[in-house]
Amino acid sequence: MTAVPVVRIRNALVAAMQEDIDDRSALDLADRLATEVAAHGAGLVLLDVSAAQVVDSFISRVIVDIAQVCRLLGAQVTVVGIRPAVAITLVELGLTLEGVRTALTIDDAMDAAEEGLGGDVRLG
Amino acid sequence: MIGEVGSPVAEPQEHSENQQTVRAPIATVLAERGPQVLAAWTHRGGSLASRSGTAELERDGGAVLDALAAALGTADESVDLAPVSRLLNDFSARRTRAGDSPAETAGLVLALREALLGELADIGDAETRYAVAREAGRIVDELALGSFDSFLAGREEVISQQGEQLLELSTPVVRVWDRVVAAPLVGTLDSARAQVVMESLLQAISDDGALVAILDITGVPTVDTLVAQHLLKTVAATRLMGADCIVSGIAPQTAQTMVQLGIDLSDVTTRSSLADALAMAIDRVQAHADRSARR
Repeated sequence: MTAVPVVRIRNALVAAMQEDIDDRSALDLADRLATEVAAHGAGLVLLDVSAAQVVDSFISRVIVDIAQVCRLLGAQVTVVGIRPAVAITLVELGLTLEGVRTALTIDDAMDAAEEGLGGDVRLG
Repeated sequence: MIGEVGSPVAEPQEHSENQQTVRAPIATVLAERGPQVLAAWTHRGGSLASRSGTAELERDGGAVLDALAAALGTADESVDLAPVSRLLNDFSARRTRAGDSPAETAGLVLALREALLGELADIGDAETRYAVAREAGRIVDELALGSFDSFLAGREEVISQQGEQLLELSTPVVRVWDRVVAAPLVGTLDSARAQVVMESLLQAISDDGALVAILDITGVPTVDTLVAQHLLKTVAATRLMGADCIVSGIAPQTAQTMVQLGIDLSDVTTRSSLADALAMAIDRVQAHADRSARR
């Protein structure tokens, strides 16, 4: 098991998932993120999945869980950098990460968070 | 003669020596009066086929008749019509590409029968003439069937080429503004095309760092539940990539159909025209740029 590194930048936590994230690392990440958010009162959690070639149903379920847990603890979760192939696979599997914000890059995610707008905020 | 039309298969009671004697007069006529046969052939064909087809027949018919004379002139029991068929098949394939109809092409080949019979009218006694005419009809029928096959093969080739071209043409993704990409869809959206559209749109979002993707369906004639399913999947996938997706160009008729079918697009941002969608996308990108500038 390779632990996913979690970096704290001001009141944001950034976790960069690696290429070959396994189920145990994902669960471990969920635990540590919950602890960190509670300990530091972080307002924003960024999950960078741009390195991940494969996101399966379990990982996507964990991501949705992380989003819900962090929301309860007062932090907003944004998933960053989903690859085109991964997006297509998730949609085909019917896993659309409902209720989770998304962004193309870390910059975009931070911009959106500062304005209180996420990728899922409707236009018009 | 009438019973033989459309039945190119040789009658079982015909013996090989018989075959030999009935083919010889055909070969002789072809060898001695080739130009007359060709003239009669093009004259007959002219009433059935297009002008360019007749002109081409005038040019290439001689080679066909020569090949036929060579095939019939051999002393072998079996007649090898393959060289003749090859010439005629090339001819039909060219006519297909020139846009002739099956009736025109087959008619052109079948006109050879009348041309041959005209030249065979004054040989031998009635019984010989009958046998020779039957054989001539049989040979021409066989050739016509072959050329019809190659006509179809030629047409299939044209269709598959057009299908590929259509797929390439119909799925462009264009960058219409800074951080805005648009996919103007034209034609019916089936699963294969929907997949291509989704892939190229997501790749464009990734490459250009797009904030907004516009899916314009002005050119999609009908939206049924399957097409709507594809649209919803594409919208969900763009959202996963962190971009907003706007669907534009839903015609009034289409909108009514969608409502009647119970297709729920309430989670999708829609605009009636591509211009409205673009204006909205520019506003969104501008607001983003303003926020960045303020920092």
